Amino acid sequence: MTEIVITMGKIAFVLFCVFNLLYVLLWLERKQSAVMQDRIGANRADIFGLRAWGLFHPIADAIKMICKEDFMPAAADKFVYTAAPFLAVFFSLVGFAVIPFGDTLTLGGHTIHLQIADLNVGLLYVFAMLSLGVYGFILAGWASNNNFAFLGGMRAGSQMISYEITMGATVMGLVILFQTLSLNQMVQAQGEYFFGFIPKWGVLLQPLGFLLFLIAGIAETKRIPFDLPEGESEIIGYFVEYSGMKFGMFMMTDFIETILLSAMLTTLFFGGWQIPYLHADGFHLGGLRLAINPVLVSFLQVAAFGLKVFCFCWLLLLIRWTLPRFRYDQLMALGWKFMLPLSLLNLAITGLVVLL
Amino acid sequence: MIVEKAIKTQPMVIQLGPSHPAMHGTIKIVVELDGEVVTRADVEIGYLHRAFEKHCEEGTYFQAIPYTDRLNYVSPMICNFGYGMGVEKLLGIQVTERCEFIRLIMSEISRVSDHLTSVGASAMELGAMTAFLYMIKAREFFWELIEAACGARVTVAFVRIGGVKADLPEGFGEKARRAISEVRQTLKEVDGLLTKNPIFTDRMQGVGAITTADAVSYGFTGPLLRACGVNYDVRKYQPYHVYDRLNFDVPTGSNGDNYDRYLVRMQEIEQSLRLIEQALAKIPPGPINVDLEGRVMAASEMTDRGKLGDTQGLTDYRAFLSPNLQGMEKSRYQLNNTTDKNVALPPKESVYTSIEGLMNHFKLVMLGHGIRPPQGEVYSAVEGANGEFGFYMVSDGSDRPYRVHVRAPCFPLMAALHRMIEGGMVADIVPTFGSINMIGGELDR
Repeated sequence: MTEIVITMGKIAFVLFCVFNLLYVLLWLERKQSAVMQDRIGANRADIFGLRAWGLFHPIADAIKMICKEDFMPAAADKFVYTAAPFLAVFFSLVGFAVIPFGDTLTLGGHTIHLQIADLNVGLLYVFAMLSLGVYGFILAGWASNNNFAFLGGMRAGSQMISYEITMGATVMGLVILFQTLSLNQMVQAQGEYFFGFIPKWGVLLQPLGFLLFLIAGIAETKRIPFDLPEGESEIIGYFVEYSGMKFGMFMMTDFIETILLSAMLTTLFFGGWQIPYLHADGFHLGGLRLAINPVLVSFLQVAAFGLKVFCFCWLLLLIRWTLPRFRYDQLMALGWKFMLPLSLLNLAITGLVVLL
Repeated sequence: MIVEKAIKTQPMVIQLGPSHPAMHGTIKIVVELDGEVVTRADVEIGYLHRAFEKHCEEGTYFQAIPYTDRLNYVSPMICNFGYGMGVEKLLGIQVTERCEFIRLIMSEISRVSDHLTSVGASAMELGAMTAFLYMIKAREFFWELIEAACGARVTVAFVRIGGVKADLPEGFGEKARRAISEVRQTLKEVDGLLTKNPIFTDRMQGVGAITTADAVSYGFTGPLLRACGVNYDVRKYQPYHVYDRLNFDVPTGSNGDNYDRYLVRMQEIEQSLRLIEQALAKIPPGPINVDLEGRVMAASEMTDRGKLGDTQGLTDYRAFLSPNLQGMEKSRYQLNNTTDKNVALPPKESVYTSIEGLMNHFKLVMLGHGIRPPQGEVYSAVEGANGEFGFYMVSDGSDRPYRVHVRAPCFPLMAALHRMIEGGMVADIVPTFGSINMIGGELDR
């Protein structure tokens, strides 16, 4: 019984964090692009005259989207058309189940693993969910019965397939090094040190792998420069026929996938919840020791994880507002002719080094 | 081959526009797609047709001026001056030197703002929103200059036949120099963001290309022709205003693709900035409108001088006819009368405060009075932002044009658009269309 309560609590906590980060990202996307483009940015929405630097805009967005007419084209496939945005959001959210956001927390005699489910195939699970997520987009494109949407859906499908292979081949290097598919064990392995003081983070073990994973990951989130399924100035995108909150759910999916990608980058390459030199009982560095309350340690670790994720989200936004968009054939050429061979090379070199 | 038999495929037809984000609401392209490849494209124009040319025939010469703003609404000044020059050519008037300089400065300011918009928009259509907003920010500095000079930003109506609406305001030169340095700074930023960006060059190089021979036979002018390597520029080949007295280069490309068009436009902005700086340094003081009041000679004297071939400056004079009609029966004197060159509108202070001024104004602008150029036809061209912007005008001697035709630089470009996009990817339609810088106002007229 307690187990169930604890698990429900963890799920609620993760959802709470994800949705709040989503809210902040919606605001940040506007504000940061405004700063980059010498604009003031969103600052009009107010509650009783309080504007708070435009922080209420996401609320205004949500109200607008919920109140808008929920339009459905006459020739659409009603069931699939309605189900598509739910599929997209669902599969992007369930990916968080295996992301470890902290070590263990001992509270009132209970040892709580700060991870919703510690699957021994956690990595495969995330990839599986990401792959399933693309069904939402393909079905949306198909069910709208609109040529533009159909093109968008097709682009989404081919893009996901191409880049998932690179992503998979890239993380195989880490799997070889860490000898595990469990994300929690991977994070724990990153708590070790080279020469006793350089943290053994994934990015130092696999710098090329990190870059490849980052690029493929941006492609997975379908944001500029890989926003071909959307391509707002060309084909408007797979969601061209969607309105109201159904469109809002596709938009949310983009942001949730950004957060998921950031969480994956953090977990795989930047030590997850690890803070260098912080152990369960406090800081250790050489002979120096600083004892810290274990509960506070857990708190620091969760905060560190959140901060890392936020930094990656911010980086992804920065990239999104700087670069132009690829073309379909260039995207495929980049994925198959450049990234895939490089990731295989990365895998081969890692294998050789480990064997020798 | 086996696959082709087993799976029945059919081309997909999609209609880009008119309500498509990249089509400005004024163009429809019916595209036949094989996967992502464009096999056939049919460009439909005419959504912004509003009978500009017919409107010109219905009003007096003055009344067409505000319509010319709406031709190329991104650089309205140039269209203004093109029209004004055409009417002046019909009348045989030489505008004052200061007016020529003001027209040159305002033309170049408009050209820069047009190129900034065009380059920025093509970047945006590739998804580079930030570069677009940088360009729009730079354009804002120049639009402020336009606003300072004429009070409006888009619907300027700055030209007057025989002059311009107003002199440059005080401190304009200083303000313009500041704006130029700001624009140079922005250009540097955008150059850093785009010119060597591999994604941008991949998307632009070799895309939307057209051969030089095709470009010439379609009648291309402007940046698109120069991107093909032909250095035709009306400002060099038929100098108007005072372009022949200032130094500037005509940048050219070699491949005729979107990337060369982008480079040509970026370099032209720099050349235009050079022109503005030179013109600001050289602009002479003096009147901005032709004033023929003080330069009147007897009709007989004008005819005599003309007969002796002493025509130097003769067009700057107005024939004074004897009020008692003595000698008026001579047909050549009547000819002098029809070439009344008194076209400058009286100052508003005089119009609102004195009956003479009011009458003078009404005699110039009222339907049935107005200015009456002699019978004849002219073609006068200016270098618009998109190429040769020509006005062909026929006068039947009345106060309204018999016919006005506009040679819009976009028209041949749009005629060739299907050649540029067929065989390419669907994603290339939008940047190629953007590189043409289609302006509905001048295209459909």
